Amino acid sequence: MTSLESIVASQPTPSLDIDRIRADFPILKLKVDGQSLVFLDSAASSQMPQQVIDRLVRYQTTQHANIHRAVHYLSELATAEFEQARHKLQHFINAREDREVIFTSGTTESINLVMHGYGRKFIGPGDEIILTTLEHHSNIVPWQMLAEEKGAKIRVVPINDAGELLIDEYENLFNERTKFVSVMHVSNALGSINPVKQMIEFAHARGVPVLIDGAQAAPHMKIDVQDLGCDFYVFSGHKMCGPTGIGILYGKADILERMQPFKGGGDMILSVTFEKTIYNTIPQKFEAGTPPIAAAIGFGAAVDYLSAISLEAIAAHEHALLNYATEQMRLLPGVHIVGNAALKAAVLSFVVEGVHPHDIGTLLNQQGVAVRTGHHCAQPVMQRFKIPATSRASFAFYNTMDEVDTLIEAISSAQKVFA
Amino acid sequence: MHSKSLYQEVILDHNRKPRNYGTLEHSNHHAVGHNPLCGDRLEIALNLDGQNIDGIAFHGESCAICKASASMMTSVVKGKTRSDAEILIQEFRDMALGKLDPSGEHHLGRLTVFAGVRDLPTRVKCAILPWHTLHAALNSVNSISTEAADDPVHASVDSAS
Repeated sequence: MTSLESIVASQPTPSLDIDRIRADFPILKLKVDGQSLVFLDSAASSQMPQQVIDRLVRYQTTQHANIHRAVHYLSELATAEFEQARHKLQHFINAREDREVIFTSGTTESINLVMHGYGRKFIGPGDEIILTTLEHHSNIVPWQMLAEEKGAKIRVVPINDAGELLIDEYENLFNERTKFVSVMHVSNALGSINPVKQMIEFAHARGVPVLIDGAQAAPHMKIDVQDLGCDFYVFSGHKMCGPTGIGILYGKADILERMQPFKGGGDMILSVTFEKTIYNTIPQKFEAGTPPIAAAIGFGAAVDYLSAISLEAIAAHEHALLNYATEQMRLLPGVHIVGNAALKAAVLSFVVEGVHPHDIGTLLNQQGVAVRTGHHCAQPVMQRFKIPATSRASFAFYNTMDEVDTLIEAISSAQKVFA
Repeated sequence: MHSKSLYQEVILDHNRKPRNYGTLEHSNHHAVGHNPLCGDRLEIALNLDGQNIDGIAFHGESCAICKASASMMTSVVKGKTRSDAEILIQEFRDMALGKLDPSGEHHLGRLTVFAGVRDLPTRVKCAILPWHTLHAALNSVNSISTEAADDPVHASVDSAS
């Protein structure tokens, strides 16, 4: 039994009223080609409950104006709602202060912000940055750009055949040139949950700051940035029932203060003359220009929605879905699960002998089942397993055991087409 | 059109037993096609005797739609002239993009089994990749990509490697 399973088994887990939850998501009632939609692509982008949709409508209908600018009623109201959303996010991840939460356009921009704001200031020629084989392209390419610009070096933590990071190898990569670690919390391609707390402790003992890409973790488990101890934690709204175009960068206040700005513009300054510009304090220093105000407020509503259900209950339900789907998929001859980490989030990547993932995707769609096929923006993972692509079913708390059955039947009937 | 009708027996058969699959002993034109979005990779080698496609073979890693398209394409263009092949390339491409009516006048014959991809935008590239690659091979462009900035059918000559 894995430690997560034992936690799940030993604690009375609040159970989900799945019918009531599904009623909150209007899109789940959709028919695709006459079939009920079975949405198993939440790892790419999750669906939005009516509560969040309503919040966006309410903001746009009765509260919208530009923030931080004017003294009139609407501007003050919009500013208060925007800052309230920041406060909700601060509370959601247990950051110490609101100013440690920077709104960005999403995970990708958050990582790029740290690359520009921290990396370009503090990483130099010959310095080393540690990444892992599992990383999404968004946590590889910015660091490669930095390495190329500065003459720095990327070191990569390998994985085993189950898709788990080799922690001994990680520890062996450290030396006096190691200046930064950037690692994902949960793998989007395989579902592996990485032992980030242990990795952070090891890096900190050597004075190396750590960024955690939580895009696939924040929607599925309780995140406590103080408990983790990470220097940066980043994630997106649209993978956790919020709108697209919004995400956050959590950073420890003292590090954020030492960083240089990423984008220049309005709101990020205290005063501007052609001789000298004085930058604003955090978080505004990193929020140049008019932010996606509605999206930020919608993100706040989304974390309210998830918190009301409870992340513990969400994790337990998704874990049950994953276990059942894994069990059922292993019974299908010719179907192989890619990524069998002992600790996994509800992501099931698989390949079917003799059938290309793209054909699986099209044939599953015919049954109303939405899965993702391709390299999942994680080509190094595909290279590691010597496959061009996988099909990936990813589960959210609004999915049901019946939908797992539909998935399994659809794979089985796709195999018959190619038999 | 329902995606079910795309996976017709003729396509499944060509996927199962692709014709002209492998390499050519003698070839003077060669190209590699990539679809970076799905990882498909296709190599085409052909022998041009004057203007005539004397021999042609393909191999690579791809989905059923791409492999069947390549298999049927190589069967159809073998023995044809280069300009006949170019007409077919243009017609196939237009059909896949919904710009050519499969029941109208054209030279595609049974290649119209692929007409259904026009309703599956993400799969259009799978069906077209072999044809783009053939065009590149005929024009001796070594590598093409479905994600090139310009349409490879029109850009390949000047975008050589």
